[in-house]
Amino acid sequence: MTVGTLLEVEDLTVWLATRNGPRKAVDGLSFRVDAGEVFGIAGESGSGKTMTAMALLGLLPHAARTGGRAVFEGRDLLAMRPRELRDVRGRSIAMVSQDPSTSLHPMLSIETQVTEHMRHHLGIGRSEARGRAVELLSTVRIPDPERALKAHPAQFSGGMRQRIAIAVALACEPRLLLADEPTTALDVTVQAGILRLLDRLRRERDLAVVVITHDLGVMSAVADRICVMYGGRTAEIGPRETVLTHPRHPYTRGLLDALPHPEGGAATLRPIPGSPPSLGGVPEGCPFHPRCAFAVDSCRAERPDPAPVGSGHRVACPPDPLGGTA
Amino acid sequence: MSSAKPKSGTPGTGRTSARPGGVLLRFLARRLAAALLLCVGITLVAFTLTQLVPGDPAAANLGQQAIGDPAAVAAFRAKYGLDQPLPVQYLTYIGNVFQGNLGMSQQSHRPVAEDLAEFVPATIELALFAIVLSLLVGVALGVVAAVNRDRWPDQVLRVVSLGGVSMPTFWVALVAFYLLSFKFDLLPGTGRLDPVMSPPPYTTGFYSVDAALAGQWDVMWSALGHLVLPSLVLAVYTVGMLMRFSRASVLEILGNDYVRAARAKGLPERVVIVRHVLRPAMVAIITVAGVAFGSLLSGAVLVEKIFSWPGVGQYAYRSAVNLDLPGIMGVSIVVAAVYILINLLVDLLYGVIDPRIRLT
Repeated sequence: MTVGTLLEVEDLTVWLATRNGPRKAVDGLSFRVDAGEVFGIAGESGSGKTMTAMALLGLLPHAARTGGRAVFEGRDLLAMRPRELRDVRGRSIAMVSQDPSTSLHPMLSIETQVTEHMRHHLGIGRSEARGRAVELLSTVRIPDPERALKAHPAQFSGGMRQRIAIAVALACEPRLLLADEPTTALDVTVQAGILRLLDRLRRERDLAVVVITHDLGVMSAVADRICVMYGGRTAEIGPRETVLTHPRHPYTRGLLDALPHPEGGAATLRPIPGSPPSLGGVPEGCPFHPRCAFAVDSCRAERPDPAPVGSGHRVACPPDPLGGTA
Repeated sequence: MSSAKPKSGTPGTGRTSARPGGVLLRFLARRLAAALLLCVGITLVAFTLTQLVPGDPAAANLGQQAIGDPAAVAAFRAKYGLDQPLPVQYLTYIGNVFQGNLGMSQQSHRPVAEDLAEFVPATIELALFAIVLSLLVGVALGVVAAVNRDRWPDQVLRVVSLGGVSMPTFWVALVAFYLLSFKFDLLPGTGRLDPVMSPPPYTTGFYSVDAALAGQWDVMWSALGHLVLPSLVLAVYTVGMLMRFSRASVLEILGNDYVRAARAKGLPERVVIVRHVLRPAMVAIITVAGVAFGSLLSGAVLVEKIFSWPGVGQYAYRSAVNLDLPGIMGVSIVVAAVYILINLLVDLLYGVIDPRIRLT
C-alpha cells in the first residue's frame, strides 16, 4: 500500500445558480485523501456532499462555479480544461452512484457499458476489452460473466447491478473511486456484500475510495477517516474511531444519537430538532446554531473554521461543549 | 477497516432469461394477426361510408342521355352488382379482395389493382424520400437545439421549427416551385421524369429503384432529381415537427442518471449524445415519425396536384369526384394497409432500440 496524499482539497467552494442568484452549496471545504484509504463524507441531504463529488469530476450543473483547489496527483482538477478533465474522468477517478437501476444505461448491453471507456481511454481493441470485462465481472463476483456481458441491466437484481456498476467504475484501474451513496438504494442484506466488495478492492488494488453517505452505520463499516458536513461546511473531520466514539461537534453527536442501538429500543433514539438549511438559507454564524442545544452568542455571529483538537481531528465548534465529556 | 471480512458469497443471482428470438417471433405473429383483422375492419368502414355518401354512381358515370333511360341505368347497376343487397355486395367485394381483385374502376375502366400498382408506389416513393430527409434533418437539428438549450442556436431553431409547422403546404409548394424550378431552374419541377424519358421496366413501381435495377442510370438520376423538390416541400412540415419532438425527447433523456454516469466515464460528448442519449430518445422520435409518415401520405394530395405527381392522392381525388366506389375502396384499403404496416414497423423498431421490450 503506497503512502502519500492522492487528493488534496483546499477551500473548495461551489456556487449553484438559483433563481435568487448564485448560492453556496459547498463552502470552504478542505480535506485530503491518502492513497489506499477509505475516506467518508457524511451529512444529511443538502449538506453539499454530492456537489463535492460532482465538483471534483467537473460534472456540476450548468452555470455552477467553483473556487479553491482540488489537487489530484499534482494537478488541480478545478483548473483543468474540459478535455484534460475528460481524460481523468473514468480513467484515474471513477464514480459509482446511488441507484444502479438508473445509473446503468437500460438499453445498452453490459459489455458495451463495461468496455466502452476502456477502449476509449486505454486504446485497446474489442476482444482485449472483452477479456478484461470478463475478469472484472468475476472480480465483483458476477456469476457466469461471459453470459452476463450479453445481458442488459434489467436482467439483474439491484445488488448485482451495483456490482456491475462497480466493475464499470474499475474498468480503467482508477486510483480514486467516488462512491456516492453506493448502498442507499439496496436492501440491507445486499449492502454488506457491496461494502465488503469495496473494502476488498481497496486492499487488492491499492484504490482510494471516497464514500459519500448519510448513513453513519455504513461509515463505521468502511471509512478510515470521516468528514461530517453540515450546510456545505465541515463540522468535524478525523479518524473514524475518534469521530464516532468521541465526537466533539454537537451535530456529530446528534447524528449518532439519532442512530438506533442494538441494545436500546426505539425510546433511545433522539432526533435532532429542526431541519437542515436549504440552498441559500444557511444562517449567519455557525450553520448548525439554530438546531444546536449548546449554542452561545458567538455561534450566531462568527462562522467557525475547523480547528485541530487532537491528532488529525479537527472540529468547527469553538465553544467545544463536548470537550471533556463524550 | 475492521468489520469487513471478504468471505462474501454471491447474494442473489442474475435473472438471465434471454430467448429473444422466440419472443420476437411470437410478438410479430400476434401483431400481424391483429393487423389483418384491422384491415378487414377498415374495408367494412370504408364500404359503409361510401354507401352513406349521397350520390348515385350511375348518375355520376352515365352520360346525360343514358340517365334518362331506365334500361341503361339498370344495366349499369347490374354490371357493377349494385342491384344486389348491401351485405351481398360487401361479401362479394371481400371475397374478390382476398383474390387480389379490387374491382373495375368506373373512371379509368381498368382494374383498380392495376391503377393502384401504378399510383401507390409513386406516392410511397415520395413519402419515403421525404420522411428519410425529415428524420435526418429534424433529429439532427433537434439534438443541436437540445444540447444548446436556451442559447442562440436553440432560439434560432425554435423559429425555424415553428415556421416549418406553421406554413401551409400548398403555399410552400407554390413558392418553392416558383423559386427553385421556374425562376432559378435549380431543380426539375413537375412529373416523375424528364418528358423525353420513358419509365423504367416495372419491378417495384419506384422509378428510382426500378431504373437502378435495370441499369438505366440517366433515368435513375432524373427520377431522383424529380423527387427532390416535392419531397423538400413535404418535409418542411415534418422537419419542424420532428425537430420539436427530438428536442423535447433529448432534453428529457439528458436529465437521466445514466447520462451523468456516461460523462463520468470520460467519454467524448459526441459518444455520450449518440450512444447514450439519442438511442433512448429515438423511442419517442420514431413514434412521431410513424405518425408523420401517415400525414405525408395524406398531405401528398396538394403537393401531387401542384407538381403533377401521378400519385395516389390524385387518384383518390378523381375517384371521389366521380363516385368511383371501387377506386375509393381500393385507395382506402391500401392507405390503411400502409398505415398498419408503418405501425408494425414502429413497434418492431421499439424492440430493436430497447432490449427490455424484446425480452419481456
